Amino acid sequence: MKVKKGSALQIGESRAVNAAFGALAWAVGLLFFFPILWLVLSSFKSELDAVGDPKLFFKASLDRYRDITTSTQGILSLGKAFWTSAFVVFTSTIIVLLMAIPAAYALAIRPIKKWRDVLLFFISTKFLPMVASILPIYILAKQFHLLGTRTVLVILYTVMNLPLAVWMLRSFFQEVPRELIEAAEIDGAGLRGQLTSVILPIALPGIAATALLCMIFAWNEFFFALQLNAAKAQTIPIWVTTNINEKQNFLAKLSAASVIASLPVVIAGWVAQKRMIRGLAMGAIK
Amino acid sequence: MTSARFDKATRIYAGTSQAAVSDFTLDIGDGELLVLVGPSGSGKSTALRMLAGLEPLDDGAVYIGDRDVTNVRPRDRDIAMVFQNYALYPQLTVAENMGFALKQAGMPKDERIKRVREVAAILDLEPYLDRKPKNLSGGQRQRVAMGRAIVRQPAVYLMDEPLSNLDAKLRVQTRTELAEMQARLAVTTVYVTHDQVEAMTMGHRVAVLKDGLLQQCAPPGVLYHQPANLFVAGFIGSPAMNHVKVGGDRPLRLGGVTVELDTVGQAALANTGGDVTIGFRPEALRVGDGPLRAHIRTVEDLGSEAFVHVALDHRGANLALVSKMSAPFAGRPGDDVGLQIVGTTHLFSPDGLRVGSSAATLAP
Repeated sequence: MKVKKGSALQIGESRAVNAAFGALAWAVGLLFFFPILWLVLSSFKSELDAVGDPKLFFKASLDRYRDITTSTQGILSLGKAFWTSAFVVFTSTIIVLLMAIPAAYALAIRPIKKWRDVLLFFISTKFLPMVASILPIYILAKQFHLLGTRTVLVILYTVMNLPLAVWMLRSFFQEVPRELIEAAEIDGAGLRGQLTSVILPIALPGIAATALLCMIFAWNEFFFALQLNAAKAQTIPIWVTTNINEKQNFLAKLSAASVIASLPVVIAGWVAQKRMIRGLAMGAIK
Repeated sequence: MTSARFDKATRIYAGTSQAAVSDFTLDIGDGELLVLVGPSGSGKSTALRMLAGLEPLDDGAVYIGDRDVTNVRPRDRDIAMVFQNYALYPQLTVAENMGFALKQAGMPKDERIKRVREVAAILDLEPYLDRKPKNLSGGQRQRVAMGRAIVRQPAVYLMDEPLSNLDAKLRVQTRTELAEMQARLAVTTVYVTHDQVEAMTMGHRVAVLKDGLLQQCAPPGVLYHQPANLFVAGFIGSPAMNHVKVGGDRPLRLGGVTVELDTVGQAALANTGGDVTIGFRPEALRVGDGPLRAHIRTVEDLGSEAFVHVALDHRGANLALVSKMSAPFAGRPGDDVGLQIVGTTHLFSPDGLRVGSSAATLAP
């Protein structure tokens, strides 16, 4: 007897239309992915292959990676830039979280008066183009002798990410069931007890997601880093541009540098992905 | 051992002019299980949350024992609350959930574990102490929520619809267990429900609320047999009491027949002017060969009894009544039948208050 196979089609769908949509999705996906693929491929090419006519087959080598990771006297080394970036990114993210968590609590769980205005104010600070603020920032940084220091970047990245973090954490805190906070309150937990034993553990995936985004933005930031740290305390994005050389071909080396600069973000995103999804569905509440 | 008291407690939510709870005054005795019941929006949960300290008062006061706790934080009121969705801490085990309050109170670990084990034994939760709430069934979660309250040995238990997330069969079973547990522990309990059967079966006294106003607070039997007003009469009992507007005619007429009252009823009626409403329970209405002609609309046969829905012409309009007859019931939809009243009939004044109750019969 013939067994009827189950169909994946929903009501009103046709196989041909579904296949067409599938093909379109792949085409768009590949279109977006292609530059990244090309970047990665170029990083394994010789400089001549990289600038010449596109070739499907080429001799792959790690030579460009060796070139860019070997430090030359007088030129910014990868190691130095990496540690500067890591320090600035982690320090600013931790400060952002320390400030954003209480702010989000005040906006989500015990809404203060005019909380809408506060939220709007936070986001309005992002309306101003960065270029418009660079002159006053530069002058201030100079007056406080902060030019070329890590400190100025920590301050700027903290300020840059704080509004976003407050917005994100507020919406994650709002997801914490009100009854849990009330139960903790009745059970005798003070503000600290409620935060540490109820709100933070439940909002942890959200906090992780927020921290990740702050880190990505800080890691990738180029404009302030370039303007304020021309000589010392340079970060990874600056290091990438040091591989640009006007006297010889540099495309392959630049590609390799870009791959290295992207890796930490890609790895962090991949690791955090599982954390962020897990736990968002809080089965234990109902 | 503690009592609790609402004294003209009033709560008006921000942005509204209608009070969620208005002038609510109620004494809850030591060891009593008092049920707050009412339809949604009646203010029963708000009243409970006022006693818990989760909702501030706009006027009046609440007391636990002799202490005015109106401005005392929830954590300093010595209460335990069971929430409708249990509100178990998802990242903590059953044992940690139950011991949470004791830990906050700074109780040494050994003693905490001992207390949690004792209560877990009572509630058959011992095998699950190391599990997280998400790995428990609905009934088990409910018991953990109960256990978390019991472990604390508080002055007052507050329960906000603790059974409404259970399926019907488990709900009935847990209802009995909960009532037995409360009687054994003899801790003052305020219990909120929208289910009048739950209220009637569990409550030592039942307080009925509507639109933020206390309608009546009395033992279940009194609520059923001597409802204070039309709302309570209609809310308590299933199927609901039959209400008939009989107007200002004296003697009272229902359909084409006369309602004959006893002397108590006649005296009450004599003192009441205007349009009167009469009410009689389904079990007081007999479907058979009585004088009031009607026809059957539907018969709901429950096995042990049958609800017979009938319709008749009353003052030029169609009037629907329901009767509770013993099963098996022979009539069928469309049959012409005669109705008779064989029990108590309540008389309600034009403003809905019960002015008297009387034995009544229908006469041609």
